[in-house]
Amino acid sequence: MSSPRGGDKEGGRDGERQIHVLAVDDSSVDRAVIAKLLRSSKYRVTAVDSAKKALELLGTEPNVNMIITDYSMPEMTGYELLKRVKESPTLREIPVVIMSSENDPDKINRCLEEGAEDFLLKPVRPSDVSRLCGRMRS
Amino acid sequence: MELGSLQRRYIDFTSALFREGFLDNQYTQLQQLQDESNPEFVLEVVTLFFEDSEKLLDELSRTLDQQVVDYKKVDAHVHQLKGSSASIGAQRVKNVCMAFRNCCEERNQEGCLRCLQQVRQEYFLVKSKLETLFRLEKQILAAGGSVPVLW
Repeated sequence: MSSPRGGDKEGGRDGERQIHVLAVDDSSVDRAVIAKLLRSSKYRVTAVDSAKKALELLGTEPNVNMIITDYSMPEMTGYELLKRVKESPTLREIPVVIMSSENDPDKINRCLEEGAEDFLLKPVRPSDVSRLCGRMRS
Repeated sequence: MELGSLQRRYIDFTSALFREGFLDNQYTQLQQLQDESNPEFVLEVVTLFFEDSEKLLDELSRTLDQQVVDYKKVDAHVHQLKGSSASIGAQRVKNVCMAFRNCCEERNQEGCLRCLQQVRQEYFLVKSKLETLFRLEKQILAAGGSVPVLW
């Protein structure tokens, strides 16, 4: 059972390199939903509740094929996380998807300009997740 | 109550929830995600929603009760509540949150207090309905039946 706070891991199958997605959202509800959506597509998911925890994890765990993050988070936003990832020589190849409940074209453009792979409007649906499937880092 | 009646009651009750706008398609999406690997998924997410919302409602009361209201803080809480209610398909709660955000923008304390009362009402209504729904599901399963699929 996944924990609503902090980190939550699900191990990959033996001998199989499962695609590993890092989900970042300060809302426990949204974290549970996005994790489930991703796991239903057979991805291994680690869900954390802050950009800070995401960066800590990325520092120790190199095998992340995609980051999917909420935009509005206290302390460090998803946008700031995106910038940090794209500025890092070791992390910049990881595709970053931004989620937001606000359909703000300026916000969307800013994220895409900063190198976001995609922008998903919340609440996120299975069809949103399926369109990400070809865009994981291999 | 025998299985058939329970199942019929479940169907009627669920249909009414959607018809009356308490729940929207997002709730259905969550039901569709539930499977044998996570048979309590909807209950888990909805429970998180209950915990989260009650915390936010308390925070909202506290913040609106201040001599000088911090509308930015109020708005941030309402934004969170709007987000999580949208994520589970609690449509009426979400809709009141939208009106609530307008009152925040206008720095309208009276309006905000009215909205708080409304959102609290809608929240407790949907909570009670969802609890009934989960109870019915449990009863159906206990009677050896399967929960009707309405989609």
